[in-house]
Amino acid sequence: MAHGQSRLSRLVLPVGGRDHVLGPADAPTTLVEYGDYECPYCGLAHPIVKEVLHRMGPRVRFAFRNFPLAEMHPHALRAAEAAEAAGAQGKFWQMHDTLYEHQRALDEPDLLRYAERIGLDHTRFLTELSEHAWEARVREDFMTGVRSGVNGTPTFFVNGIRHDGPWDAEALVAALLASSRRPA
Amino acid sequence: MTSQERAANSDQRQAAEVRSGSIIPPGAPAPPFTLHSTPDQTVSLSDFRGQPVVLAFYPADWSPVCGDQMALYNEILPEFRRYGATVLGISVDGAWCHAAFASARKLHFPLLADFEPKGGVARTYGAYRARDGVAERALFVIDGDGIVRWSYLSPIGVNPGADGILEALEALTSTPRSA
Repeated sequence: MAHGQSRLSRLVLPVGGRDHVLGPADAPTTLVEYGDYECPYCGLAHPIVKEVLHRMGPRVRFAFRNFPLAEMHPHALRAAEAAEAAGAQGKFWQMHDTLYEHQRALDEPDLLRYAERIGLDHTRFLTELSEHAWEARVREDFMTGVRSGVNGTPTFFVNGIRHDGPWDAEALVAALLASSRRPA
Repeated sequence: MTSQERAANSDQRQAAEVRSGSIIPPGAPAPPFTLHSTPDQTVSLSDFRGQPVVLAFYPADWSPVCGDQMALYNEILPEFRRYGATVLGISVDGAWCHAAFASARKLHFPLLADFEPKGGVARTYGAYRARDGVAERALFVIDGDGIVRWSYLSPIGVNPGADGILEALEALTSTPRSA
């Protein structure tokens, strides 16, 4: 294998039916974020992603996958499981937004409070959380990230290629537009 | 480190400087080293004969948290262990600095201090960035016989992630080296 050369890190698992997706399935560009609900940089990225989606409109599809850095962030794994549990009740994005907007309050009672606020079936949410029903799914996200070259959080992929530059809205929009002009 | 080991590191450095500019390629023997992992403990490459070693040179302790290369490897240790591999981080930071960094980030693998002579081991791997006085972001997967099986030099500002390392470890276990 060559050494000292830049190697492109590519998304090993394309966006598909298992993913939480915003935007049209046939959008010309796909933005994937691997994120951690307790990571302050992901917290910063959250409104940026919203702005990017707003500016790109139907030209982008966005998928979020979990990459909890559990050694560093003791609440990250549980928060990710809570988002997935909400997703099982069709309310992934509501929980996703709530978690990012309350990054400093991610203890178990907080998660239960958020579940109630967004109108989840309380018993089901509590059961799934206490049985770690979604932990395997979160770990699966994590491993697809590792194998795709996720190198910290947040890590973005623009049309399947790891985005190594800055991730302000300007930069992400530019990267998406550039990739939509490139032949696939 | 004994004076003998220090002399050996110094000889290797001179040998490496002749090669100048590129990191050790696959197929070459991994230069031996003995470095401090804590103020009172040393680690030698030869300690790990018979098992793969992931040697990760990096510029400095204390880079921003969530994009930190060592923190990432820390999260993925169970994956590396599935291949029986040991991860060693190396930078020119001193052992006390490493100790504080490892404790703050709860790192569960050794960080080696390539501190005296500064960058001596990094030079033998072609992974010293003389103009900045730090190690490059360079990765080496070394097999149980001490042979480099994969190496990669990342742009200094880009954390290379772990995908290349895991692919290399996978290749190592599926295609045993011929004698």
